[in-house]
Amino acid sequence: MLRALRPNPRLLNWFYGFTPPERGAILLRQRRVYIVPTRLGWMFAATLGLLLLGSINYSLALGFVLTFALAGTGFAGMVHTARNLALLTVSARRAEAVFAGERAQFRLELENRAPFDRPAILARHVASGVQMVVHVAAHSVAEAALAVPAARRGRLALGRVMLETRFPLGLFRAWSYVEPDTACIVYPRPERSALPPSTPHATAGAVRALAMGNDDFAGLRGFQRSDSPRHVAWKAYARSDRLLTKQFAGEAAAELWLNWSLLAADLDAEARLSRLTGWVLDAQRRGARYGLRLPGREIAPGRGDAHRAACLQALALYGLP
Amino acid sequence: MSAVRPAAHPLAPELREVTARDLAGLIVALLLVATPHALRAPWWLVLLTLTLYAWRVAVLVNRWALPRRTLLLLVTAAAMLGVWLEYRMIFARGPGIVLLLLFSGLKLLETRTHRDAAVVAFLCCFLIITNFLYSQSIATALLMAAALTAITATLVGCNAPGRAWRANLRSGALLLAHAAPAALVLFLLFPRVQGPTWGLPQDAHAGVTGLSDTMSPGDVAALAQSDALAFRAEFAGPIPSPRQRYWRGPVLWDFDGRSWRAGPARLTTSPPAPQGGSTYRYAIVLEPHQRNWLFALESASRAPAGARFTVDGQIVALQPVRARLRYDMLSVADGQPDPNEREVLLRRALRLPADGNPRARALATEWRREARTDGELLARAIEFFRGAKFSYTLEPPLLGRDSVDEFLFDTRSGFCEHFASAFAFLVRAAGLPARVVTGYLGGDPNPVDGILTIRQSEAHAWVEVHVDGRGWTRIDPTAAAVPGRLDFGLARAVPADAGLPLLMRPQLEWLRGLRHNWDALVHQWNLRVLGYNPERQREFMASLGVERADWRDLAAALSATLGAFALALLAWSLQRHVRPDPVQAAWRRFCSKLAARGITRALQEGPRDYAERAARRLPGAGDAIRRIGALYVDLRYGRDRPRAAIHDLAQRVRALRLA
Repeated sequence: MLRALRPNPRLLNWFYGFTPPERGAILLRQRRVYIVPTRLGWMFAATLGLLLLGSINYSLALGFVLTFALAGTGFAGMVHTARNLALLTVSARRAEAVFAGERAQFRLELENRAPFDRPAILARHVASGVQMVVHVAAHSVAEAALAVPAARRGRLALGRVMLETRFPLGLFRAWSYVEPDTACIVYPRPERSALPPSTPHATAGAVRALAMGNDDFAGLRGFQRSDSPRHVAWKAYARSDRLLTKQFAGEAAAELWLNWSLLAADLDAEARLSRLTGWVLDAQRRGARYGLRLPGREIAPGRGDAHRAACLQALALYGLP
Repeated sequence: MSAVRPAAHPLAPELREVTARDLAGLIVALLLVATPHALRAPWWLVLLTLTLYAWRVAVLVNRWALPRRTLLLLVTAAAMLGVWLEYRMIFARGPGIVLLLLFSGLKLLETRTHRDAAVVAFLCCFLIITNFLYSQSIATALLMAAALTAITATLVGCNAPGRAWRANLRSGALLLAHAAPAALVLFLLFPRVQGPTWGLPQDAHAGVTGLSDTMSPGDVAALAQSDALAFRAEFAGPIPSPRQRYWRGPVLWDFDGRSWRAGPARLTTSPPAPQGGSTYRYAIVLEPHQRNWLFALESASRAPAGARFTVDGQIVALQPVRARLRYDMLSVADGQPDPNEREVLLRRALRLPADGNPRARALATEWRREARTDGELLARAIEFFRGAKFSYTLEPPLLGRDSVDEFLFDTRSGFCEHFASAFAFLVRAAGLPARVVTGYLGGDPNPVDGILTIRQSEAHAWVEVHVDGRGWTRIDPTAAAVPGRLDFGLARAVPADAGLPLLMRPQLEWLRGLRHNWDALVHQWNLRVLGYNPERQREFMASLGVERADWRDLAAALSATLGAFALALLAWSLQRHVRPDPVQAAWRRFCSKLAARGITRALQEGPRDYAERAARRLPGAGDAIRRIGALYVDLRYGRDRPRAAIHDLAQRVRALRLA
C-alpha cells in the first residue's frame, strides 16, 4: 500500500524538470526553482494583517502607506529570493579518488553570470546531509565542497544536491535540485599486512636485496614521467637544474606480483580486495615494480603514480559493472 | 542506506545566533521609532527602555549570559504597575503604546537568534504605526522611512551574515525601491472603508485646540497665540478681499454675565438665502477638531453633503470631524440677508441676566432714550467703540464678575471677545436683538499655490444685530475700535511683539516666504496622502473612466495591476541574466572557430589543455591560441575582471585566423 503511494520516478523527474544524471553545466531555469514562504514569512503576513486592521480602524493614511510598503517589500523579497537562485549555473568538478571510510571531496562550481551577487546559497547533499553555504559574487564562480562519506568501494555517484536560499529577507525559501553526472572512485579500504614474496623469476640477488630492505640509496638516474615525485632528487635538481630520480637497492630488479588467487581461500572477495589494496600502497611506498592479477584482469608490473591509480581503480571497480 | 543524521540547517533563523552587527541594526531602528514616543512617554519608562537596550549591548560586549526569564517577568510586572499608576488604565492607547515600547526592550533582551531578531523587527513595525496615531506629518513620515530602511537592511544582514553591511544596506534600499510601485498601487486601489470600524479607545482624541461652543473673556486671546492650522480654503475663482474674509463658526446666544454659550440649535432644511452680493466657489480642507461645526465664508448658501444648516446660519456635520475633511462650498459675500426672523429667536436674542454690569445697562438705557430709531442707536454704539480709546491686546487683564463693566469702564483693554461680548450686551440692554458669532477673520493667500491658510491665531468674534427690515446685520466692534485689524490683520493691530506667534511678526518676511512654500507642500501632502479616503478613491477611479466604483471594481483593478507587476518584475529579474557574459561569449566563439577546423573541445577538457592541444595542432596560430586560452583562464577564474582584458580577449578571438 505504501509502495503504491511512493511517487513514480519518471513523474518526479518531470516534476523537478530534469532527468538525472545531468551532463555538463546545469542551468537552473526558473521552472526548476521552487519557492514557498517560511515560518517567518507567515509571521510577517500576520503582522501585515494586524497593521492593516489598525490602519482601517484608525483611518491612518500613513498606516496604510506603511502596510502597503511592507507588503510590497515582502513581494519584492519573494522575487529577489527566486532571483538569487534562478539561472545560476552548476557544474561538477572531477572528484579525487578516496579510500572507503574516507570522505569523497565533491566540488560543485556555482557560476553567477548576473551583474549582482548571490549571497547565502546552501548546497546540501540530500543523501548524507553534508552541506555548505556559499556566496557567489557577481560575474564569478564559487565552489561548494561537499565531503560526502564514502562507505563502500566502487563508483560513488554524487546523487541529488539541493540548492537553497532565503536571501534577502528570510520570508521565503527557494530551492532547486540538481544531480550532476559526477562520481568519485572509492578504493577498497586498505588492509595492512606483510607483502608477499617477490616472483620466482626475479634474480636471487634481487630477492635478497628486497629482503634486506629497499631503503638503501643506490644512486641517481634520469627522471621518467612515471616516477613518483617523492623519489625525485630535489636537492640535485636545485644544484644541476636536471631532474633526477633516486634509486634504491633492490628496486631495479625486484618485481612483485600481487595476486588474488594466491590469497588464502577462506577470505571473501572484499577482504581480498582490501588486502591487495594494502599491498599496492605498500609496494608503491617501497618503490617496487609491481603488477596486479585479478580474476579476468591483469595489470603488467610497473611503477609510479599512474600505475598505482590504475591498480587501485581496478581493485575499486572489481566485479562492478 | 545508513541513516546519517542531517546537520543543523545553516539557513534556519532559529539556529543562528545574532551578531553584533544585527543587534546594532535593530537598536538603530528601535531608537528611530522610539524617539517620538519618548517625547510623550513618562520619563522613567523611557529611561527603563533605554537601560534594557544598553543591557543587551553589555551582554554582547562582555559575553554575559542573557537574563533569566523570571527576572524579565519581574521587570515587566513592575513596569506595568508603574504604567497603571501613571495612567490609571492599561487598555487604552497611551499606556498601550508605552508598554509596547517597553516590550521592545524586553524582547531585545531575549534576542538570541535571528528568529528573535525578526520578531523585534516586526515589533518595530508596530511601533512605527503607533507613531502615526500622534502625528502623520512629513517629518514623522521621513523619520519612519529611515527606520523602515534600517529594519529592512537588518533583516537582509541576518540572511547574509558574511556580507559587508554597506552591501546589505544597498540591498535593503533596493528592496524598498522595488516595493514602491506595488505599494503605490495598493495605496491607490486597495478598497478603503470609512473608519473607525471597531470603536476607539477612550483617549483616542485628546488635546485638540480650536474654537469651542462657549466664550469667556480671554478664551479667544489664548487661542490666538497658537500657530496651529485651523483649515485651508482653495478658491476656484477670485479670492474675497481681506474685509470679506469672515469665516463663520459657532453662534453664541446665551449670556450669563461672563460667558456666552451656543445653547441648543435647531437644524433647518431651508438655509438663509442672501440676495445679491458676489458669489464665491471654494473648497475647505478642515483640520480635525472633534466638534460638529464646519467653517464657511459668510454667508454660505449651500451646505455640503453630510452637513446641515442650523437656523442661525451655522453649518454642522452629522458626525464630529475626527479626520481631516474636505468639502465644497458656495458663499455669497455682502448679500442682503433675509429680513424675517422668528419671534422666539428674537426674544432669545434679547435675554440678559437679571442683574450685573449696572454701568453698561445705564449706558444702554441712556442711548435708548436719546435715539429716535434703531439705526441711530446702532450708530451711537459703534461711535462709542470708535471714540473710546480701547487698546487691543493678546494679553488682556483678568476680569471679574461684572466683566462687561470692568472692560468698558476700567481696564479698557481686551481682545475681540471682550469687544464682541460688551457690544452685544450693550445692544441687548438697549433693546435690540443681538448674538455673538465666533469664527476666524483673515487667511493669507499663499503666493505659491494661491491657497488661503487660516490659523488658530486668526480666531475672532463679532456680533450680529437684528435690524427691522434688514435682518441680521454683521457689526464687528473690534474693527470699529481697532481699524487696522480688518485690513492688515492681527499683526498690525496689536502692539509689536505683544505675544504674537513668531510667524505673524512682520519683521520675519523671509521666514514667511519659506513658510509659504512649506505650507503649499504640506497642503498637498494632507490632500493627496493623508486625505485619500473612500471618496477620493472614487474620484480617482472616475478619472480612470470607472464611474461609481465599488469594492469589486477596485479589487479587480488591484489584482489585475498586481498580476501585471508580478509578471513584469519576474521577467525583468530573469531577463537580465540571459544576456551572455562577454568572457563566455568570446570563449564560445573561440571554441566554434576551432571546432570548424575539427578541434572540438571534449566535455571534461579544461580550457588550458584544450588551447594547448589546439596550439599543437595548428602551429601557425599557436601563440595566438595559447594567449587566448591564458586570457580566458585569468578572466574566468581570476579575482578581478578588468574591462580592458575582456575587450582584449574579444578582440583576439575576433582577429584569430586559422589558415
